[in-house]
Amino acid sequence: MTDNIYKPVTATVLDIQLEAGGGRPIRTFKMQIDDESEREDFLHKPGQFCIVSHFGTGESVFAISSFPNTDGIVEVSAMRVGNVTGKLHELDVGDKVGLRGPYGNDFPVDDWKGKNMVFIGAGIGISPVRSVYQWVLHPDHRKDYGDVTLIYGARTPADLAYKEEFKEIEARDDLDLWLCIDWKFGPDGPIEAASHEDWPAINMKSPGDTEIPAGQNRFTCFVPQLVEVVKPSPENSIVVTCGPPIAIKFITQALEKLGWSSDQIYTTLENRMKCGIGKCGRCNIGDIYVCKHGPVFTYQEVKEMVPEF
Amino acid sequence: MSHTIGKDKMDALFEALSEHEVYGPVEVDGVWTYKKLDSAPDLEFGNSQVPPKSVFFPQTETMFEFKRDGARFVGAEEPQRASKPLVVFGVRPCDAKAFTLLDKLFTWDYIDPYFVDRRERATTIALTCSGQKPDENCFCTSIEGSPSGTEGVDSLWTDLGDRYFVESVTEKGEALIELGGNLFVEAVSDDESSAEEVKENAVKAITRTFDRAEVAESLRCLFESKYWEDISASCIGCGMCTLLCPTCHCFDINDVVKQGEGRRERTWDSCQFEYYSSHASGHNPRPAKRMRQRNRMYHKFLYIDNNLGVIGCVGCGRCISACPVNIDIIDVTEGAVARACMEKDADAKGEEAA
Repeated sequence: MTDNIYKPVTATVLDIQLEAGGGRPIRTFKMQIDDESEREDFLHKPGQFCIVSHFGTGESVFAISSFPNTDGIVEVSAMRVGNVTGKLHELDVGDKVGLRGPYGNDFPVDDWKGKNMVFIGAGIGISPVRSVYQWVLHPDHRKDYGDVTLIYGARTPADLAYKEEFKEIEARDDLDLWLCIDWKFGPDGPIEAASHEDWPAINMKSPGDTEIPAGQNRFTCFVPQLVEVVKPSPENSIVVTCGPPIAIKFITQALEKLGWSSDQIYTTLENRMKCGIGKCGRCNIGDIYVCKHGPVFTYQEVKEMVPEF
Repeated sequence: MSHTIGKDKMDALFEALSEHEVYGPVEVDGVWTYKKLDSAPDLEFGNSQVPPKSVFFPQTETMFEFKRDGARFVGAEEPQRASKPLVVFGVRPCDAKAFTLLDKLFTWDYIDPYFVDRRERATTIALTCSGQKPDENCFCTSIEGSPSGTEGVDSLWTDLGDRYFVESVTEKGEALIELGGNLFVEAVSDDESSAEEVKENAVKAITRTFDRAEVAESLRCLFESKYWEDISASCIGCGMCTLLCPTCHCFDINDVVKQGEGRRERTWDSCQFEYYSSHASGHNPRPAKRMRQRNRMYHKFLYIDNNLGVIGCVGCGRCISACPVNIDIIDVTEGAVARACMEKDADAKGEEAA
């Protein structure tokens, strides 16, 4: 009898972190597969996704944000938006969930050896990016890559995810970290005066001309503008970016202004899926199945897709 | 080697298949579908409204049940799957051909255990079209099919009045002959020529045709066309064209909890439904009917071909017969060809004028 690809393995919730509050809170769930013999099958590659079951409620698809391991430990960050994520957000440490995966293609981290790496995350889009920067920053891999730049923004300082981890990242001297929080908007557009105390506003009209005080790495602006402030060089470099579609659009525009070509830019698409393995149909963009051909694509590949996102 | 079996031997054949689960066409509340039979199959029918894909890929099926620990579900437990061999009687050749597309899809890198297990256990007995079939909506011959085609078929039967002419296509088909023993008799040349006549008449009865290569070519340049708005204007999004399509395979997965028992089910779904691809955020990649109709046509004539090397249509005509607002897939394809030519001409004229 054929193994059942749809049957999830049971995992235990080890830790839950509230990453962002508000009406659509984000929590990171650290889970471990119960059956030791099942753990090795779950060794993922950066960029792959998994499907989490809340038994009796349903399944949802998430980017795996944790470092690949054979301990059966899987971390996902979930925004509370629907039925399943609503139930996941009610879980306690020790509760049981189901896991399927890992599925999809992955970031070609081996092909990128010797290159400078620029990571750009907007909002919860930092989650799939995390699996790659963790890979690159790992002591075993860091020497394989050149300069590392990490650019990340969220709506408010409270909404910045992985806070503890970012403290460690910020303390490292082998990478450049840049953070931003969103403009507040009034009826007449962005309110400069509303910028956070420790987060000076950038030059709104011409972000690239912003004067950067020494040591200042956090600003009030949107992520695409922060990209213009940081001006990452496209020379021998790769960008990995993820975020809401509107953020991706403007991030790639900012990068193209800086001379990046679209095959240097990698992103992940997150379409609605059910099966995750190319059968159930709904994640297609033209003849591309995001679950099977993706979720990792170059921006060049994205531009060649039919305009049906 | 070919055989015949008398129609008066069908009860005996059914008896001989006592170790099998036997499926065949049945009329339930005015709708022909395929069900597990408890008596010999009645093969005097046109074609079913519900395609026989339902035998291997039921409209709704339990994938597994949930294990319980106190008040909570804590894991998945698969119920014992059936293991008896299946025999499916009275499958029209177009529908059998559709099985081969589903075979490719359900084994595409990942094996779908439910579909594949049933398919492996099954012997498909196809029935050459005659009598009420082909009808005015049939067009299998335009898509490399035939009313007596053998793709996906183990045993092809042709109605010769008081008996069926039986051709074994695969080893499973030969095994059926062996199992039936003396219920099957060796065919004589008269049987063969009679069957040939039935087959030829069936091809002649098909009145609708189109050039599928031309359709694919036309679709390639029509993605942005207003054409899709025109053809989808009357669509009410009921999904019948896809749910009843023998090649359509989209499904939804849902958890069901009733009286404390929990299970996961999968159910046919349709790209014609508004929320089919809608994200949790509310963002919908195909929010308009024109996009969903376009997706259906492109999926059938381009996308599946690109991914699996087959066309997602077998010419059964169900989508034409079932559409409550008379959207006709052949009209749509013919219209696409005409429209593509027209828009090409308009573009050329525009360029000349510029």
